[in-house]
Amino acid sequence: MVVTIPETQVQGQAGPAPLAHAGSATGGMLRFLTCGSVDDGKSTLIGRLLYDSKQLFEDQVTTLERDSRKHGTAGEEIDFALLVDGLEAEREQGITIDVAYRFFATEKRSFIVADTPGHEQYTRNMATGASTADLAVLLVDARLGVLTQTRRHAFIASLLGIRHLVLAVNKIDLVGFDQNRFDEICADFRSVVDNFDFRTITPIPLSARYGDNVTIRSENTPWYGGPTLLEHLETIEVDIDLADRPFRLPVQWVNRPNLDFRGFSGTIASGTIRPGDAITVASSGVRSSVARIVTYDGDLDIARPGQAVTLTLADEVDCSRGDILVRPEERPEVSDQFAAHIVWMSETPMLPGRVYLLKIGTRNVAASITDIRHKIDVNSFQQIATKSLALNEVGVCHLSLASAVAFDAYEENHRTGAFIVIDRQTNATVGAGMIQFGLRRATNVHHQAMTIDKTAHIRLNGHKPFVLWFTGLSGSGKSTIANLVEAKLYSLGYRTYALDGDNVRHGLNRDLGFTDADRVENIRRVAEVAKLFADAGVLTLVSFISPFRAERQMARDLMPPGEFIEVFVDTPIEVCRQRDPKGLYRKADAGQITNFTGISSPYEAPMNPELHLETVRADPVELAERVVRFLIEREEE
Amino acid sequence: MSQLAAPAPKPAAMDHLDRLENESLEIMREVAAEARNPVMLYSVGKDSSVMLHLARKAFHPSAPPFPLMHVDTTWKFQEMYRFRDEAAKRAGMRLIVHINQQGVADGVNPITHGSAYHTQVMKTESLKQALDLYKFDAAFGGARRDEEKSRAKERVFSFRSETHAWDPKNQRPELWNLYNARVRGRESMRVFPLSNWTEADIWQYILREDIPIPALYFAAPRPVVWRDGMLIMVDDNRLPMAEGETPQIKMVRFRTLGCYPLTGAVESTATTLEEIVRETLGATTSERQGRAIDRDEASAMEKKKREGYF
Repeated sequence: MVVTIPETQVQGQAGPAPLAHAGSATGGMLRFLTCGSVDDGKSTLIGRLLYDSKQLFEDQVTTLERDSRKHGTAGEEIDFALLVDGLEAEREQGITIDVAYRFFATEKRSFIVADTPGHEQYTRNMATGASTADLAVLLVDARLGVLTQTRRHAFIASLLGIRHLVLAVNKIDLVGFDQNRFDEICADFRSVVDNFDFRTITPIPLSARYGDNVTIRSENTPWYGGPTLLEHLETIEVDIDLADRPFRLPVQWVNRPNLDFRGFSGTIASGTIRPGDAITVASSGVRSSVARIVTYDGDLDIARPGQAVTLTLADEVDCSRGDILVRPEERPEVSDQFAAHIVWMSETPMLPGRVYLLKIGTRNVAASITDIRHKIDVNSFQQIATKSLALNEVGVCHLSLASAVAFDAYEENHRTGAFIVIDRQTNATVGAGMIQFGLRRATNVHHQAMTIDKTAHIRLNGHKPFVLWFTGLSGSGKSTIANLVEAKLYSLGYRTYALDGDNVRHGLNRDLGFTDADRVENIRRVAEVAKLFADAGVLTLVSFISPFRAERQMARDLMPPGEFIEVFVDTPIEVCRQRDPKGLYRKADAGQITNFTGISSPYEAPMNPELHLETVRADPVELAERVVRFLIEREEE
Repeated sequence: MSQLAAPAPKPAAMDHLDRLENESLEIMREVAAEARNPVMLYSVGKDSSVMLHLARKAFHPSAPPFPLMHVDTTWKFQEMYRFRDEAAKRAGMRLIVHINQQGVADGVNPITHGSAYHTQVMKTESLKQALDLYKFDAAFGGARRDEEKSRAKERVFSFRSETHAWDPKNQRPELWNLYNARVRGRESMRVFPLSNWTEADIWQYILREDIPIPALYFAAPRPVVWRDGMLIMVDDNRLPMAEGETPQIKMVRFRTLGCYPLTGAVESTATTLEEIVRETLGATTSERQGRAIDRDEASAMEKKKREGYF
């Protein structure tokens, strides 16, 4: 452990810039959280910071004075805690029950403060506040010294990767501004955090209630030579130089305003990139190079960490939401198994074997915990064997994912190494995870003996299987819409598979031609394949001309009621002929193709399709969204 | 290869407006990617103007992939209606205007029914009607955490039940940039991309980006009367005058825009953006002080939010 007290102060701007608001100078922004035990005075400290740095408006002070008389615990004086204890229940009970975010700015920096509760049952909220903080202010009551809560909060701050800690020894007035007491607490604390990886630990003796060493150096502590809390917050250097790390762009949204532009939008997690740089889709290894870095304010020569940009690539590569763009020589790990720290945040315990949804970066993927190596007693830091994790418990777990994902260790990169755990039934966020390292499948899979039937598949996949049957003329837009639907479903975490005329006719059905008999057999085989996929719990998209009602009815009859969804892609033949994406109409009209649907072979339009999409009235994206909406509503019936 | 070329020059540190902007863009893209049918609530004020500007940035060169919706109480300043229609046109976005017709039929208004009931019927109920009608599963709002105490605890992605209720004690933990946008059935999300902005940030950003805002924010001679300690602008002839009362012409502007009979003006000579920003940074009262609906008691906002207000 290193204890540093910054000796030099960052220079402020020379003279006030006319319109530069406090905090907008080069000092940028600091996000910190306050934590500590129940009555250590966190809220009071934040209230004091806001008050002393002149962040309160007159009407807020008026409200504060009125509320202090009504609910306050500070007698006739202003109770600063009432400023930040926002919710009604808290004001009544005099406790903080959730994370509250507060904002203030000085000439050097602007600050976002997460005020997090001290009660044990709200430890999850502290983890929440810590996940976005650069620094933690950990309060202890000078009379009580280091408590169990103090140890827990130091541990969570460390676990969440906070590297800078302030030990705020509060209520120093109540121990007579005693230096020995202060030194004793500092020594106690050092022994607690000896094994943690904090880069700086800065102890400050202060009184939040009276303001000693908060923003003004106290005359009551002449033995203390360090900075006031505010000076420290204004000057500490917390920036990890993310620009020097490997380039990572988690693809958040595919930007496709028209057929000529395909961009990958996302926020750069680390590293820098320039047009011309080689790039790889991490999970597939497909390579290309950056063509442009597009923003509303013009193209950039270089993009940096934290910037929300849109990259276009030199080649048409298969890349979508959830992928990570990286440099070919700086690849992240790609695995469907990893070890991670998990903080459990739900009343319902975490159970190995149960399927949860993980959100890792921009990727949603189903996963189960294959093994809890141990849990960590957050008070003693001991490792304890366990079969489950309860609310507020922290464990080291092995996870098995439905598909491989790209990631870095959390220690290396918070943005590509963190995940949340979502309950599939309630959609609640039930856990937070930090990846340690990838695992190899062979050595770590723990099989569970069970009959794997359709119900089991559905449980694992987390959704019901459906067969989406797109029917319509050649060139009507079936595959275009089906592809958009599949991409959207995939991003929502559905397991999907698309069967279309082209991929099936080249393999399974390559012995079939286009006579009526062959068309019937073609559809029969496809329907049977779709049924197998549905049995496997997969949401199957079939796009076939399938011109005859009888065969579509046969396909429908193969599936359980409600699973077959007929989508009529209705495009007038003149429009199809005009589009003619494969030049087939031209050939058919020239008599070069026989039995061409709509020309020399009939198309029997559906009588009662579940969905009737008129492509001349809406664009494919809109139609695809209609299909997805329909499906989700159907699933919830 | 280019990545072996000279090391990149040290990046200029992002200032705090850059950081806020990028965070908002990320939030908006996340909604576009995960929501089935999102909408952006547009209230014509400065925060809405900033939010709309950020949406155009987030999806460029595409237009924002969702419509704008204005929940109209019919009591907004006339200029707000003009500005609203122009703003939607500039952004190339569809504008949905929703009015609670039942409220109109019942003659609900802020003058005879008071601010609380008017807001309940024409804003809260109306918003819920509109969200149900169009089946939106995510609605962007321009609220900021610095506005009010209960807002300070609001998540960026704030879950609402089937009845649009907010349960402050049972919010989803929100960690890192990993927003949980999942809802089922008729549940929905309210999403606040400006959560971490302060009033000062909003003004500085408007100045930096030259974002159009309604002229009501700029000082001008306007007809006003005193009502309950607030300077109320006489925007049309629906505001009743006491006997012998005539509006006075004062140089005033607005720090926040709402229904005109409920929105207090401040006396000011600030006629340029620079002057407004300077005035805002030196202000001694918070912006919501000019809102009649927030003043009754400390928990007024929390109550409204539980019922579905933004």
